[in-house]
Amino acid sequence: MQETLAALAEPNRLRILELLRTGPQPVNDIGERLHIRQPQVSKHLRVLKEAGLVSVEARAQQRLYGLRPEPLRQLHAWLEGYRQLWEDRFDAMDELLEELQREEKSR
Amino acid sequence: MMQTHGSEAPRAGTTTTMDLEGDRALVITRAFRAPARLVFEAWTRAELVRRWWAPRSHGVEFVACDADVRVGGDYRYHLRHPRGDVIFYGTYREVEPTTRLVYTQCLEGHGDAAVVVTVTFTERAGVTEVVSREVYPSASVREAALASGMESGMRESLEQLDELLGSML
Repeated sequence: MQETLAALAEPNRLRILELLRTGPQPVNDIGERLHIRQPQVSKHLRVLKEAGLVSVEARAQQRLYGLRPEPLRQLHAWLEGYRQLWEDRFDAMDELLEELQREEKSR
Repeated sequence: MMQTHGSEAPRAGTTTTMDLEGDRALVITRAFRAPARLVFEAWTRAELVRRWWAPRSHGVEFVACDADVRVGGDYRYHLRHPRGDVIFYGTYREVEPTTRLVYTQCLEGHGDAAVVVTVTFTERAGVTEVVSREVYPSASVREAALASGMESGMRESLEQLDELLGSML
């Protein structure tokens, strides 16, 4: 999770992931489309790969980088689980507050 | 980040929003159709905390709930879960009735590293917006984000991530 967040905390890496949603791409194309120099793209791809967010596939003479959504799903599930706990707490608090207000009125 | 209707005006009954903020903070927001005075009571009086803090749908229930709500006072929430007991405890650092609370929160058996929680209660036109900001100790999920040196870009990045996730899930 920490690795996923760290990898995502760089805007260009996020842009690369967004681009890869359209399908696997070679380094050169990624650089051209996003106007990032190739050594930078390679550096970002290395971080993304270490975090398990992209995979590499050799096709013909090229290496294609593709999106691996699993870590993002995990991150989302983790955050959503915590949010849901608070949602449930607050729903219970809503009921409690209604009750307290009814009691005050009837006093 | 993840979820959020953060820029909207507070409306009672809206869903709970959660944002990752900066490097180690997590911010939870919700609006209630009740005066701040009552929301503050519900947040602090032990017999009321018992009614909402351990949602039944999560399979937990209170064994004991004590709160000495004054600066330097301690609280202790003892919960029972099918997998075992869980005890949250901490100390109140600031207590400003109906508007603001600051307290530490530790989980028994997990060392002394405390989360510092700041809760504000803002009442407007009969609706109270509660903002609970949890700041985690260093070794946390948020630390990784700080290490990346992209603190200020974090929130925006995560909003983008949210969109990205929305289209992928």
